[in-house]
Amino acid sequence: MTDAVLSIAAATKERGSLRTLNAVSLDLRAGERVALLGHNGAGKTTLMKLILGLTPLSAGRITVDGAAPGSAYARAATAYLPEAVAFHKSLTGREQLALFARLAGVSTREVGPLLDRVGLADAADRRIGTWSKGMRQRLGLAQVLLGRPRVALLDEPTSGLDPISRHELYAIIDELAAEGAAVLIASHALTEVEARTDRIAILSRGDLVANDTLANLSRRAGLPTKLRIRALPGAADAIAGQTGGARVNGASVEILCAPERKMEELRRLSHLGDLVADIEMTPPGLEDLYRHYAEGGRT
Amino acid sequence: MRRALAIARAEFLIVRRNRWVFMATLIMVLFALALTFAGSAPTGALGVDMLTVSVASMTTLSVYLAPLLALMMAFDSIAGEAERGGLALILSYPVSRGEMLMGKFIAHLAALAFAMTVGFGAAGAVAAFAGGAAPESMMALLRLILTSILLGAVFLALGYMISALSGSSTGAAGMSAGLWLIFVVLYDLGLLGALVLDNGGAFTQTAFPWVMAANPADAFRLWNIAASDAVALTSGMTGAATALPAWAAPLSLCLWPVLAFLLARLAFRRVEA
Repeated sequence: MTDAVLSIAAATKERGSLRTLNAVSLDLRAGERVALLGHNGAGKTTLMKLILGLTPLSAGRITVDGAAPGSAYARAATAYLPEAVAFHKSLTGREQLALFARLAGVSTREVGPLLDRVGLADAADRRIGTWSKGMRQRLGLAQVLLGRPRVALLDEPTSGLDPISRHELYAIIDELAAEGAAVLIASHALTEVEARTDRIAILSRGDLVANDTLANLSRRAGLPTKLRIRALPGAADAIAGQTGGARVNGASVEILCAPERKMEELRRLSHLGDLVADIEMTPPGLEDLYRHYAEGGRT
Repeated sequence: MRRALAIARAEFLIVRRNRWVFMATLIMVLFALALTFAGSAPTGALGVDMLTVSVASMTTLSVYLAPLLALMMAFDSIAGEAERGGLALILSYPVSRGEMLMGKFIAHLAALAFAMTVGFGAAGAVAAFAGGAAPESMMALLRLILTSILLGAVFLALGYMISALSGSSTGAAGMSAGLWLIFVVLYDLGLLGALVLDNGGAFTQTAFPWVMAANPADAFRLWNIAASDAVALTSGMTGAATALPAWAAPLSLCLWPVLAFLLARLAFRRVEA
């Protein structure tokens, strides 16, 4: 891919005899949001630190908008939100963000509106030591937005946030991408990432085991769709008998079917007529897919 | 440099907010005043003014206190930042490690300089007011303040070096205490032992003054004593001071901050954010 803002080619990182990242290749285009999933220790943070140039590559090549990681240009083009973000307790939010603005070479006039945008306008002049975890996380996000980055690396951005703040955070990430930043989001919060990203990359023990859209990943995995049929009182056994499904908790029957056989199955169920009270259909979620790819090895 | 100043600005706010500047200044003022009053007794016997005696006492104080305050300020600045996860974030900005270190150094040195100037200045003013001050003793006071700041600069930079090498904040605290002990106490004890063993031989005649001047804490002492006959008289340390050329101790004390800063910069390079 030539139009990639962030290009990672066969990136490998060894620490002593331990290989924490094994020939990972991943490209991000401008405006693309990619979720980077993986267990603890799968190599997500290592990959981010390689992109930032905080730790050197053992082999392979990474370019940030054409520049080498850690070069002044690459650092100016990249924004980073560390996993456990810590600021100086005795600085106020405004002072801390002003420091980042000066380091980024951005006018400190941007600080006020940015604090406003992440909902910290009221707390801006209080010391960060008095803030909640969620507020510190918002400040971390505010510094990501400084100076329109070309690449944004967010390590577990939703950790410690309540559901409403999380929603706002994803809205901000959408804006960031809309302004043309390539956004890489490392996360454990699988179900949230599902609706909010264009592509999903899964790291497992240093290997990139998946890198595609959710739809393609599900198709390739061929995970079954789950149909749960709630029977009218006393009809559960009859339904189980006719469909070959499994009885669950008394009044329900569960059937697993391949995605392409879903409609066929539904037509068959509709013939059961008034034995059926309700049908609930669950396509394979990210959780199932993640387990399939992360634990099932390479595809 | 613009980025180093941005770091310095934030760091200075931090040391002011967490009362570092206030505490360091208070300590300096209290000790300096106490020494000035306690040390005013021999004035008449030696025929020097009160400020001179005060400067001699404060020189001895500063040898201990300046390195201590500097190390206490510096030991946490890299290890602590790395532990809290702030280092990776700062370094993801287009600021070099050298600029970051320089920024901290400027802020901490400014705080230290403030404490030294106010502390010694207050004691000097009291001594001058109570017992008179010749122009020469005013010079000695000024020299004391400036050399104390230089000595502080040495140990700030050594503190950063330790902070970068130790990997943890608690480790850095322990190593700082060890470093202070070596430079300020054990080095002199070692020299004393060597003198006793040598018993006036070649080491005592030629090498000893130079080895002494190589230690920044001793260079500080030598400079203040050699530069003022009156101070030397009251501190009783003329021997070593006169055995050296006049430039030796000042050169040592001026080179040390540069050398220590370079060492800190080298150590910081190895720290993984």
